[in-house]
Amino acid sequence: MVLFRYPRPLPSEITPKEMYLSRRSLIGGATALGALTTAARAAALQTHSGPYSGSLTPTPHDDVTHYNNFYEFGMDKGDPAAHSQDFHPLPWTLEITGLVRKPVRLDIDQLLHSPAIEERIYRMRCVEAWSMVIPWDGIPLASLLKDADPDPKATHVAFESVLRPSEMPGQNEGLSGIQWPYVEGLRLDEAMNPLTLLALGIYGETLPNQNGAPIRLVVPWKYGFKGIKSIQRIRLLDHEPPTTWNRLASDEYGFYANVNPQVDHPRWSQATERVIGSHSLFGATRQPTLMFNGYGEQVADLYRGMDLRKNF
Amino acid sequence: MPADEARVISPMGAKLKKHWRVVFYPLGMTPALWLVWQGQHGALGADPVNVFERSLGLWAFRLLLVCLALAPLRRFTGLNLLRYRRLTGLLAFFYASLHLLAYAGLDHGFDWSVLWTDVTHRYFIIFGMSALFMLIPLAQTSNMFSMRLLKRRWKLLHSLIFPAAVLAGIHFFLSFKTLNSVSAPYLAALAIVLLSRFLPRFQAGSRL
Repeated sequence: MVLFRYPRPLPSEITPKEMYLSRRSLIGGATALGALTTAARAAALQTHSGPYSGSLTPTPHDDVTHYNNFYEFGMDKGDPAAHSQDFHPLPWTLEITGLVRKPVRLDIDQLLHSPAIEERIYRMRCVEAWSMVIPWDGIPLASLLKDADPDPKATHVAFESVLRPSEMPGQNEGLSGIQWPYVEGLRLDEAMNPLTLLALGIYGETLPNQNGAPIRLVVPWKYGFKGIKSIQRIRLLDHEPPTTWNRLASDEYGFYANVNPQVDHPRWSQATERVIGSHSLFGATRQPTLMFNGYGEQVADLYRGMDLRKNF
Repeated sequence: MPADEARVISPMGAKLKKHWRVVFYPLGMTPALWLVWQGQHGALGADPVNVFERSLGLWAFRLLLVCLALAPLRRFTGLNLLRYRRLTGLLAFFYASLHLLAYAGLDHGFDWSVLWTDVTHRYFIIFGMSALFMLIPLAQTSNMFSMRLLKRRWKLLHSLIFPAAVLAGIHFFLSFKTLNSVSAPYLAALAIVLLSRFLPRFQAGSRL
């Protein structure tokens, strides 16, 4: 006999335990708990809330660290978490060279202890039409580029990842046709935009190997593949650099790769996206994709007057 | 081998031969049921719809490959499993249909405008869809009645499986961002079962 019914939330609506525990703003010791459940090697970062932390609800930590595209470790979404344990992100040096007046070599320890590290909760939209919300911890790229003092002739920034076939099994896979190391690029004004971040951590801890340790690019208004991982070299140039996916299939992946619901991928629509993290086959959600992934206010001016169908 | 002898040697085998449908059709459905069970218990990972959809498509392709492999298998090894062509072909069609249903319903919520654009504009989808449509008449005529009715034309009609397999292969290849160690073996298998038909027939009793 049922005397009283109260509204019950669907299982999918309940915030996972590990997620609310890891919100540092709630409990100071929570990061230790988070560290116990995942990535044993992750270390806590000194970070503070940045200007773009917003009110987005982050995707559970376990999904952010176990659903990855990082072809250096394999092509399946679970491969990076499963096959990146032999990768050594420390020690590490990041070079900023090319058309700069003060070339710099940054030691990763220096960066990991920088007081400039801040938290940015960004939407992440993959070109494969799925999305997450990730709490990054990092340093705005602009501040590092300013330290290197760009030459006025510089128009573009080229990024280069690491080549270590002995630690990255995916780099031995010859079938894909991908030329390693992974390379990416931005226009200088895109790189200087306040949203553009060099991430050193997620969820208040250093980056797990599968998320691009020790340092990676985050450009939230562009498709995820622009976010090159494990960066070793940044070079300023006076021309557009080649980029990995564009080199492989230029009709499918452009240099700009701005999130744009109106410009479809040749094989699928980009109008909507599958939201990662439901874990339920019949309760999964699809949501409309936002122009510039919702960051139009900050970046639309960069592309004024450009034909975004042509420059996709 | 006389029938009574077979009964003596392997009564189970004889029974299986007679009632194999009862065993193999449910067996063929288990991957689908397993996927649904996993999906409902959060075991398909962070992007369950995508995994579900792709797995159904992969099972359809696997079964199509097995179906196509049975004729060359008999030709080159003498092992005659041709009676399983209908079973594997129908199961391939069953999985391809579920694959379409998952794509249209679970993935796109039957959003007809999205689906229409996909079907009319994207080669990736057009290839897969054409392959499935080619299998429809084959599934429909996969019975003795149709065989008797269509006579020689039945064989001609059922050679549609070859273009269907080629289109399914292209669709499968395009479902990955690049060629890789997962897709390459399947594509190689497809090439082998298709090309083996053009190899000279092994003559029994010849001296090679």
